[in-house]
Amino acid sequence: MSKIKIVNLQKSFGDFTAVKNSNLTINDKEFFVLLGPSGCGKTTTLRMIAGLELPTSGEIYLGDEEVGMLRASERDIAFVFQLFALYPHMNVKNNLSFPLKMQGYSRSEIKARVEDAAKLLRIDHILNSNISSLSGGDRQRVALGRALVRRPKAFLMDEPLGTLDAEFRELMCLELKKLHIDIGATTVYVTHDQLEAMSLADRIAVMDGGEILQADEPSVIYNKPATKFVASFIGSPGMNFISIDQGISNEQSTLNIEGTDFSIPKQYEISKGKKNSFGIRPENLSLTNEGGLKGSVFGVEYLGSRKNCYC
Amino acid sequence: MDTSRSYLEPSSFSKKLAATIIIVYTVITLIPISWMVMTSFKNVNSAISYPPEVLFEPSLEGYVNLFTNRSRQSQEYLDSLPAPETWYEELVRSREMVITGPSKFLGRYSNSMIIGFGSTFASVFLGALAAYAFSRFRVPLKDDLLFFILSTRMFPPIAVAVPIFIMYRKLGLGDTHLGMIILYTVVNLSLAVWLLKGFMDEIPKEYEEAAMIDGYSRLQAFFKVVLPQAMTGIAATAIFCMIFSWNEYAFAVLLTQFNAQTAPPFIPTIIGEGGLDWPAIGAGTTLFLLPVMIFTIILRKHLLRGITFGAVRK
Repeated sequence: MSKIKIVNLQKSFGDFTAVKNSNLTINDKEFFVLLGPSGCGKTTTLRMIAGLELPTSGEIYLGDEEVGMLRASERDIAFVFQLFALYPHMNVKNNLSFPLKMQGYSRSEIKARVEDAAKLLRIDHILNSNISSLSGGDRQRVALGRALVRRPKAFLMDEPLGTLDAEFRELMCLELKKLHIDIGATTVYVTHDQLEAMSLADRIAVMDGGEILQADEPSVIYNKPATKFVASFIGSPGMNFISIDQGISNEQSTLNIEGTDFSIPKQYEISKGKKNSFGIRPENLSLTNEGGLKGSVFGVEYLGSRKNCYC
Repeated sequence: MDTSRSYLEPSSFSKKLAATIIIVYTVITLIPISWMVMTSFKNVNSAISYPPEVLFEPSLEGYVNLFTNRSRQSQEYLDSLPAPETWYEELVRSREMVITGPSKFLGRYSNSMIIGFGSTFASVFLGALAAYAFSRFRVPLKDDLLFFILSTRMFPPIAVAVPIFIMYRKLGLGDTHLGMIILYTVVNLSLAVWLLKGFMDEIPKEYEEAAMIDGYSRLQAFFKVVLPQAMTGIAATAIFCMIFSWNEYAFAVLLTQFNAQTAPPFIPTIIGEGGLDWPAIGAGTTLFLLPVMIFTIILRKHLLRGITFGAVRK
């Protein structure tokens, strides 16, 4: 297992810059999630770490070794694809042993490793099945198994739960978490699903437009978002934003909006401009008859454990 | 109203109509072929009798004549010979002839095999590599190159017969197996590249990427992961290439005489005594049909299987 570090990483496709000057350090044994909307550069970043794309500039370190220009096969990492990419012409056992065959392990070692991984993922009963006969969840387990058997330096996962049904997704999410606790492997996980990210990650990097906006623990990302985009992307229902045309100084502790004073956290940077946004999470709002902001309800969602009101 | 039937399902009338059309078409197509097979089992007289005989006494005379050279002898000479040792000698003797040696048919037939399978293998192999490159890599001028490859099919190959004839003479490729394999490969290659590119495009690139991450080089990944999944396309392409090079007549007549002559130009030269030996010609063409038929039947199971078997959700 290894630490992963990327330094000033950049990737352009013609005129389009997919990843801009990114820096990240992913600690050993960490479950790290790259989160962002589609087209934000998270998958490209992951593919560069894997060696499936070569960076335009910048460096990638796996452990202490600079691997930016190495071939994927020389990096000793495992990759779990969104579409699983299980070889359809092989059965489960051959899919699992395929990576080991290349590395010249003995037959008995291959057998032992495949059985270990199968047991861990609870797929030992389907080792002789064809891929086409498996359910989505089992395919996902086989794909994870194929990554596990090699005991690589790091696991890279590109939206591995993206194609699963909702019920499977929650189940697999828990299994992934448990798996990570069991084997403690450095994992980089790409997703656009903020719930998945929050529940799995030790740390999250939120990306947009090819840039890493914030990289921190889920609670910090949620409570102290670095930019308006991060604030709006995390949380469901999303944060409320109110445009204000006043600057904010760094000692200010209240903000007056439409006659109501809101207490605000201490500012670390002064917003001198006149165009600012005030954001507040829905759960921090409460109903009042005295003053406050006015609004009328236009929709109510009944979700069992709670209701969402839109106004 | 009948609600048990979906709107997308064809009515039973149109199903029956479709079945009838297919059956009629099949019968029409099969008549000449079955006539040819029947002719090969007739004797020389019943093959040309009028009205044509549908029911006849089967004979292997055509096949014996196909594989042997014979000469007519007087009855006294035949009587002086020891009794025939084999059934086919007896058959030939009963027509007042003796076998003088094997005919050239077997040699021509094996030439057809070598050239047909050789060029099919070469076209599919080279076509698969080129198709993979066109499908996966950023090839400069990709569209123009693909169009150029296609354009080689826009004229009939025989249009370049004269330059090829001269080139082959100068290069010493005339009447050689290698020359014919190269020629048929070149003609088939454009078809192979275009057909296979379509199939390669359908194979998600994640398969090779997964293999490359697992430690395989791109070429190893191509052979271990891409080719097995392109089997449907490879089978279809191989059948098309095989049919062309197996049946090709014009170049075979032009460029081969002795050493590398294939079966198509040879079969029409089978002439019996006092008229065409139709049963022998029928036997030759029947045997000529078999390899392509067997080849297609063997590859058929790959044609029927889907490409990705649903291992990837799209």
